[in-house]
Amino acid sequence: MSTEVKEVKKKEPLFSKKNRGLITDPLNDSNPISVQVLGICSALAITVQLKPAVVMSISVLAVLSIGNVVISLLRNLIPSRIRIIVQLVVVASLVILVNEVLQAYAYDVSKELSVFVGLIITNCIIMGRFEAFALANSPWKSFLDGLGNAFGYAWILIAVAFVRELFGSGTLFGFQIIPHAWYIDEGGFYSNNGFFLFPPMALIVVGIIIWIQRSRNTKLIED
Amino acid sequence: MDVNKNSYTFIFATVMVVVVAAILSFASTSLKPLQDKNIALESKQNILKSIGITVERDGADGVFSNYIKEELVIKGGEVVESPDVAALDIDLAKEIKKEGNVRTLPLFIADKDGATCYIIPVRGGGLWGPIWGYVSLMEDANTIIGATFDHKGETPGLGAEISKGIFMDQFPGKKILENGEFVSIEVRKGDASGDYQVDGISGGTITSVGVDDMLRDCIKNYIPFLEKRAMAAKPVLEKVEEVSIEPMDSNTVKVDSLTAAAIIIE
Repeated sequence: MSTEVKEVKKKEPLFSKKNRGLITDPLNDSNPISVQVLGICSALAITVQLKPAVVMSISVLAVLSIGNVVISLLRNLIPSRIRIIVQLVVVASLVILVNEVLQAYAYDVSKELSVFVGLIITNCIIMGRFEAFALANSPWKSFLDGLGNAFGYAWILIAVAFVRELFGSGTLFGFQIIPHAWYIDEGGFYSNNGFFLFPPMALIVVGIIIWIQRSRNTKLIED
Repeated sequence: MDVNKNSYTFIFATVMVVVVAAILSFASTSLKPLQDKNIALESKQNILKSIGITVERDGADGVFSNYIKEELVIKGGEVVESPDVAALDIDLAKEIKKEGNVRTLPLFIADKDGATCYIIPVRGGGLWGPIWGYVSLMEDANTIIGATFDHKGETPGLGAEISKGIFMDQFPGKKILENGEFVSIEVRKGDASGDYQVDGISGGTITSVGVDDMLRDCIKNYIPFLEKRAMAAKPVLEKVEEVSIEPMDSNTVKVDSLTAAAIIIE
């Protein structure tokens, strides 16, 4: 199994070019949302405001990087017939832990995320990385891969939330950005676009990000 | 070691489940006090919100004791003197399963700018889980000052809208008594311009029905007590005779003991 492969590569430096690639690739070339199109449901659901998007990103970061390490440590012990269930148990217990911690230390945020915290379990990115990467790689690499993919997920989420909160509510992190005097009610010319608050707009924003990304990064274009 | 043997698979699964269960129960018990504190502060916040006072959660404790003058425990229409459990600690989830007249119910009485407000905690079931809230009544024990609702896991955008302003803002000014009879507030579909109706949530029918049932079921049990209390506070009203027949009211009791104390001092 993969044990022998690991022995050979043991002398590899911690941040070799390959290892750095584990973090940087998911930001662009193999981004979980814009390239692999995973984890879309949460990207639609919690990007109305920046704050929950940031908290969701941090939660996914914690669950994905720790989960990857746990799965990687257990990779030679997990019976292959029940590996999906084992992955599910690991991710579910991590999510419950995150939820308990949020309820104790960030109650408002946990109320806001409510069902979506539970939905981290079903976030395809997490099971995807467990199955595709952590089961075959060393803990350190799996940790980097988890961080990389979580960052790749996070920047898209935050970018979408930025656009939606700014144009939908005129605020960022709850602070008013668009001057009050601009609004029609105050005699100005501006009005918030309510469409940005609805999930379809998240899909459109993600679509635009994918469009920009592919126009700049031509190796992503199929055919 | 062959990790794909049946016996190994069973052992692995068993050990994994035990380890995970131990970790989770440890986390759950050690974080419980902090979580309970958050929940307690939130109920105070919601109680205050139902009479129109918005506070930050951290400051809820102080503001709560400024406004809330009495925390009563009521059973069968009477105030329980020196109850075993504080009004805030009553587990409504258990009480609502009992028959109406044997329930131990909390009631909060606030003094907002000189006006008495009665705050009634309500609890019931929505589509996915429990729903709860606070309904506050004016001195006449009839007109609603405000209502707040919350839920455990109603569908976001549908049933969960009961905890949003768009639903809760309909309550102020509505009435629960029609010619002295308890009629509750009907959560209905369509025209809800009447004094005893509010508009339900499209797509959240089961939650809306849950709110309707919850209001009827919970407020009902306070009516006998509230009538007495409100009549005692305003003896000019027509039902004054009933009050004089049943003076078992905490206000009167207090006055009595005060007078008694005064007599002893004299």
